[in-house]
Amino acid sequence: MAMNGGVTWRRTEKIDGFNFSPTDTAEEVHVLAVDDSLVDRKVIERLLRISSCKVTAVDSGIRALQFLGLDEEKNNDGFNDLKVDLIITDYCMPGMTGYELLKKVKESSVFREIPVVIMSSENVLARIDRCLEEGAEAFIVKPVKLSDVKRIKDYTTREFRAGEGEEKERSRKGINKRKLRDSFDDLSPSPSPSPPSILFPSPSPSPTPPQSQSPSPSLASAPSSPSPLDSPTRRLKMTISE
Amino acid sequence: MLGLAADRLRADMNRLLAFLFHQGILDEQFLQLQQLQDESSPNFVSEVVNIYFHESEKLLRSLRSLLMDREFSDYNKMGIHLNQFMGSSSSIGANRIRNVCVAFRAASEQNNRAGCLRALELLEHEYCFLKNKLHELFQIEQQRVLAAGVRYPMQNI
Repeated sequence: MAMNGGVTWRRTEKIDGFNFSPTDTAEEVHVLAVDDSLVDRKVIERLLRISSCKVTAVDSGIRALQFLGLDEEKNNDGFNDLKVDLIITDYCMPGMTGYELLKKVKESSVFREIPVVIMSSENVLARIDRCLEEGAEAFIVKPVKLSDVKRIKDYTTREFRAGEGEEKERSRKGINKRKLRDSFDDLSPSPSPSPPSILFPSPSPSPTPPQSQSPSPSLASAPSSPSPLDSPTRRLKMTISE
Repeated sequence: MLGLAADRLRADMNRLLAFLFHQGILDEQFLQLQQLQDESSPNFVSEVVNIYFHESEKLLRSLRSLLMDREFSDYNKMGIHLNQFMGSSSSIGANRIRNVCVAFRAASEQNNRAGCLRALELLEHEYCFLKNKLHELFQIEQQRVLAAGVRYPMQNI
């Protein structure tokens, strides 16, 4: 999986038609999925694969850290050789919880930029708040659906985040502490009356300065088409429809 | 002739599915699983469901042995098993089973052993029923595929 001495290729470096990466896997979003339930691992794996993601599924937080190279023996942060683009983890796990895993990832200078999504079968606001405050990108109430995966993937592709300098300047903590209630209204993708299954710490509909807004409005709205459609590589990604 | 058999079997399958949805035994998450099945993963639903059965039986056995123990007091442990069972049931769309787990968990939180026993019996019953019905569903599907002569993914109703 380690490609080329620790240099991370970004998709924005690819020119039309040329692929500088030695293998095709650099194209795909690589997701590390963490869940102690085998049933859930199978489902999330399939959801991700069918959404054109490369998946590594592990059954515990410890294994996730080992996979990333963040385990305690080595005290180095290393490079993101494996080019994990997203971590999606269950909250309730024996041993290390998803929350603890989130904290460890965010403490690492190399891995803290990787978006971490928490899944839970319990819709507990305090839990959600805690995760978002710690830097989770989103919180999904299980069962996870294809529409959830598609949204997360859109939000966390490298292309989306690469070059968005202003995005990184916003204080993540500031955004995360914002009340979620504002974001609830438009988030539910399905027509069912159930509460939104996926929560992002996105800016609320209330007026905010326009500077770093660009990709966020797409989170709050229901359309399933991904936001950055410009690049040819993104177009290739639009495969399976529900 | 073969075409008619395949159609009849598909109708049987749809009828069974409609029944299961109507009774609240399955919910839309099961449909989601069906949508994930295709030529590249033609047995996805039955694979996941079989894992679910295997895990559920272990959980049910653990729950029963906990409750059968006269000196039982570890409601916390029972809660952990229940959470697992609830989670996997919800992931495959086993709606009624999940609902029984919720009631079971409530009894457990109140340290209500009699309530837990009742809930466990109901859970075992629901599980048995679901397992039989899903086996029936998979059998019909297998026969339909044979009759049609070609492998098709399971259709949504």
